[in-house]
Parts: sequence; C-alpha cells; structure tokens
Amino acid sequence: MTTMQLEIQAIAAVVAAACALPGVFLVLRRTAMLSDAISHTVLLGIVLAYFWVQDLASPALILGAAATGLLTVWLVELLVGTRLVKEDAAIGLVFPVLFSVAVILISRYARGVHLDVDAVLLGELAFAPFERLTLLGLDLPTALWVMGGILLLNLVVIGLFFKELKLATFDAGLAAALGFAPALVHYGLMALVSVTAVGAFDAVGSILVVALMITPAATAYLLTDDLRAMLGWSVGIGVASAISGYWLARALDGNIAGAMASMTGIFFVVGLLFAPERGLVAVAQRRMRQRWEFAQTLLAVHLLQHEGLPENRVESRVDHLVEHIRWQPVYAEQVIRYAERKGVVRRREGRLYLTDDGRRLAEQMVARA
Amino acid sequence: MQLFTVIVEYLSDYTLRTIALGAATLGVVSGVLGAYAVLRRQSLVGDAMSHAALPGVVLAFMLTGLKSPPVLMAGAAVSGIAGVLLLILVTRTTRIKEDSTLGIVLSVFFGVGLLLLTWLQHSPDARQAGLTTFLFGQAATLVARDVMVMAIFGGAALLVVALLWKEFKLLSFDRDFGASLGLPMQALEVVLTALLVVAIVIGLQAVGVVLMSALVVAPAAAARQWTDRLGVMVLLAALFGATAGVGGTILSGLGRGLATGPVIVLVAGALVVLSLLLAPGRGLIWRGRRPRLLAAPTMSVTYPAEGQS
Repeated sequence: MTTMQLEIQAIAAVVAAACALPGVFLVLRRTAMLSDAISHTVLLGIVLAYFWVQDLASPALILGAAATGLLTVWLVELLVGTRLVKEDAAIGLVFPVLFSVAVILISRYARGVHLDVDAVLLGELAFAPFERLTLLGLDLPTALWVMGGILLLNLVVIGLFFKELKLATFDAGLAAALGFAPALVHYGLMALVSVTAVGAFDAVGSILVVALMITPAATAYLLTDDLRAMLGWSVGIGVASAISGYWLARALDGNIAGAMASMTGIFFVVGLLFAPERGLVAVAQRRMRQRWEFAQTLLAVHLLQHEGLPENRVESRVDHLVEHIRWQPVYAEQVIRYAERKGVVRRREGRLYLTDDGRRLAEQMVARA
Repeated sequence: MQLFTVIVEYLSDYTLRTIALGAATLGVVSGVLGAYAVLRRQSLVGDAMSHAALPGVVLAFMLTGLKSPPVLMAGAAVSGIAGVLLLILVTRTTRIKEDSTLGIVLSVFFGVGLLLLTWLQHSPDARQAGLTTFLFGQAATLVARDVMVMAIFGGAALLVVALLWKEFKLLSFDRDFGASLGLPMQALEVVLTALLVVAIVIGLQAVGVVLMSALVVAPAAAARQWTDRLGVMVLLAALFGATAGVGGTILSGLGRGLATGPVIVLVAGALVVLSLLLAPGRGLIWRGRRPRLLAAPTMSVTYPAEGQS
C-alpha cells in the first residue's frame, strides 16, 4: 500500500467516524431528513462566505456554512410554527429554495472559481491527498487535519454533554422541566451536523454525507438498546464501510464516495436481516418458535384436563387430537414430535402422557388463566 | 419592457415554446400528484425517489446500451419503485422511523448509482460521467418528442387520478373507513405512489434530482392555503405548478447563468410565500384581523374566582 492509498483510507475513515457520531442522535430524534436539508443548504453559506472573504481555503467558509445550516433548521421551524404546513413539507420547501439560490449565485458570479456545484454534491476523495498542510511538524493532507479536528469536536461535545443529549433525546419533557433547554440542545446538535457536513463535503459530497450520517447509525439502532454501544457500533460500521468502500472502488475503478455509501447500504441490509434480536431472520424464527410453543402448551393443557379421568383413555389417543383440537394429522404429528423433543410429553402405544415438566408447564398455564 | 420582449420571443420561438410547454406539463403533473403527497405527509418521499432513480437509469443504459429517454425513464421508474418498497418494508418491520429510512434509501441508492456510473465509464471522476445532467436536468435540451413523451405519461397518470378520484380521496383522509368499505387500500397506496414516481421520472430530464422534490411539494403546499376542498386544491396545485414551470422558463431567459431548474424552484417558492401570506382566512396577514381566541372568558369559566361558584 502506498502512502497515498493509506492517506485516502485515513481520510475516509475519519470522515465516516465524524459523521457517524451526530448521526446517532439524528436517527433517535427522528430528524434524519434535516441532515439531508442541511447538507444541501450549506452550499449557500459557502458561496456567501466566499463572496465575503474571496478565499476558498478560509475557515470563514465553514462558519458561514454552519450558519446556513442553522438558518435552514430555523426556517423549517418557522414554517411549521405557522401551522400552515407540516414538517415534511416545510423541509421539502426550504432546502430546494436555498439550494437554488446558491446554484444561481455560483453560475452568475463565481464562474471559473473552483467552486462547481457537482463537486460539492459528489466530492472527490481521490484528489484529497494533493492538498497538504504542515502542522506541529506533521505533513498531512488538509482534509485529514480538517476532518480530524471536526471528529475531535464531535467527540468532545458529545462527551461533555452526553447526559443532556441523552435526556433531551429520550425525554424532552423531563429535560425541559429540569431546565436543560431542549431547543438549545437541538440547535447545538444541528450546529454539529452542519459543521460535519461542510467538512465532509470535499471528501464525499453532500448527498453521500447523508449516507454516512444516517445509515451506520440506523444499523447500530438495530443492534443495541444502549446509547453508548450505539455510538460505538455506528462509528465502527462507518469506518468499516469507509475502508471496504475504498477497496471496492479500487476493484471497480469507480467513485470512492459512491462505493462507501454502497457499503453502508450493504452493512445495513446485513443488519436488517441478521441483527441478533431485531433482524428479520431473528423475528421470523421467534414467530415460528412461538407458534410451536403455543401448540405444545395447548397440547399439554389438553392432556392435563383429562389426566386421571375415565375419558383419558380416549382423549390421550394421538389420532383423537385430530378431531378434538382440529389439527391436521400432519400438523398434529409435528407438534407431538416438537413436544417430545422438548420433554413435555411421552408417547406409549399410541397414547400421550405428560412428563413432570409437561405437567408443570400445563399447570402454570391453567393457573395463569 | 425586457420581460415583455422575452415573452413575445418565447411565444414566437419554437425551441423556447417547447421548453415552456414541457415545464408546464411537468408542473401540472407534479402539482396534482404532489397534492396527495403533501396531504398524506409524504412530501419527502418524492425527494428520496428522485435520488433512488439513479441506479435504475444507469442499469437501463448498461442493459440496453440505449440512451433514449423512454428507456432511461423506465429504468428510473423501476428503481424508484424499488426504493419505495424498501422504504415501506423497513418502516413496517423494524423500529427504524420513516425519516431515517428515507435518508438511507435516498443516499444509498444514489451512492450505488454513482458507483455503477463511474464503473461503467471506467473513470473514478464523477464529474466527467455526465452526471450533471441527471443532477440538475437540462431543460434546454428538451425537444418536441420529449415533451410528447412527458405529456403521454403525465396524461396517463392524471387519467388514473381522475378514475380513482374517490378512492384516493378516502386514502388521503380516512384510510380506515375506506378499508371498512372493502376497498384494497394497500394496493391503492402502491398505485398512488407509483403515479408519483411517474411524475418524478418525467421531471428528471427537465429539472434534475435535487430540485424535483420542490416541484412536488411547493405547488401543493401553496394550493393547500387557499382551500379546504380536495378538488379545488388539486386544480390549484396544477395551476401553480404550470405557472412555476412557464414563469421559471421565461425568467431564466432574462439573464446569464440563470439555469432553468433553480429558477423554476424559486418561482414555486415565491408562490408558496405569497400563499402563506395572502390566502384568505388562513394567510398570515389575516391573522391580526381575526378576533383573538376568547382565552380570558374560557379561563374564568374553567377556574372561577373565589366566591363565584
């Protein structure tokens, strides 16, 4: 691996980790689509800040972009506050308008400047190592410094305000009652999202920022109920998507950001299918098991009801189940086998007998009813 | 004066007339179907679907080797619908909420499309891959045949809306009642969503992915302010959509660097702001004139002062 390959992967991993942290709160607070809106409208902030300072490398661009991110959130809330439009429509109105203004400003007044719109939307990671910056005696790609700083910022803010974020996310009412100002937390979080989105722009572009923010966090949401663990999983999945995406892009000779987003999608589908408790496979298995257990309990209760009574000779016959519980013969046979395997009933000469375990199970069930 | 000249120019110039006609057609179709999307709180589904169309466009080209609009549109429609089905599956079967699922479908489908496109071109640089057209559309390249295709598909979609008028009304306002009448609400939902996909797909060539969502939301949100009746709202949304389309095309001819798509969006946005302010009864400037809710008497009835009760 050349240094350049290593550096691209390092940038990709840092971008993914920086995005994955605020993404967790976006997913939990049901504001994921605000990140889509913000990642588009920060373009306007970049353009306006550029007109102000006339320098594409200036940190003012990040500040301007973060400010438009907050402006977007504020405008959406203003529209929702009139109660004339719902939140989804408000988001769908605000970001295309601000984005259109930015596109027109660029094409009218910033032609020839290295600020073309599709670069912002799509990013280009492959060229990131060419721009370099030496700090503290270390000569590293500028993007790595910038995103490293943003990752650190995200870590520090989330670490310092972990309790506040947690409370405001899971119980906004209590947070307000305790004086934590949910609005402040909300805007603080949105400021983090905006800064992260601007930083990630150069590397992956605004549309795929959404993939790196939301998809790993949503996958992590399928894996755990613990907020700390969810943050960890989200970062882990993000970084894994970044590295594997890089190699996928190399293998196909394709766009790195696109490949990274594709990998987040693959991790999501794997999580969706195979997550230990919430995955579709686990849910289907649980349903199946519950069906068999219900049938087995029914069988045990049936046998208990007639145990030791004169009619038991008839009622405990295997073929009688077919008439009495109205099971199909094949199904009845399957249930009996399941119950035998679980040690609930024993079969002797075409009759069924409860084991001690089976009797306890049935008695518990009857007692509960 | 300049505006007048441009309008005259449009009416006499064949190419410009074609573009305006295409934009108007698009505005009508996305206005009508957007009305249902906004009422059913699915404004952002359009955004997700327009992004989800990219891999379909690329795959259609890879499989057929054809670049003609109907082929690419068919591909876009297929992957747009696949995106919606995934959206419904994930939202129904897991605890992940709709907003996250929208973000996932939007960005992952788009990422896959981008990867396929760059792989196809053997060039990791997305900018050379002709993606700009897909992102921002090229209204200027619309020819009469394209407008014809738009009109046929759009017209078919509108015809379905007219035929299923009552059913879609029930779906939007009282789904449970519809189900109790024995109507297949699930199937109707899929049909209505598929029609929205049609509206989006015919708009991609003209205004592109990023701004298509505004054409779904804005005319409908503006129309909603003026009326409480579905029929009036749908007609108004169509009118506003057409106005934004034609107005945006004309205005974009006024100056250099005024790309058609963004200008159409700004006109649509202006219509929304005007409606929010002016619409009789609902509009913001009428608020001051309306008598305040009689809060004080209500309070004194609920919490009577000592000695009064």
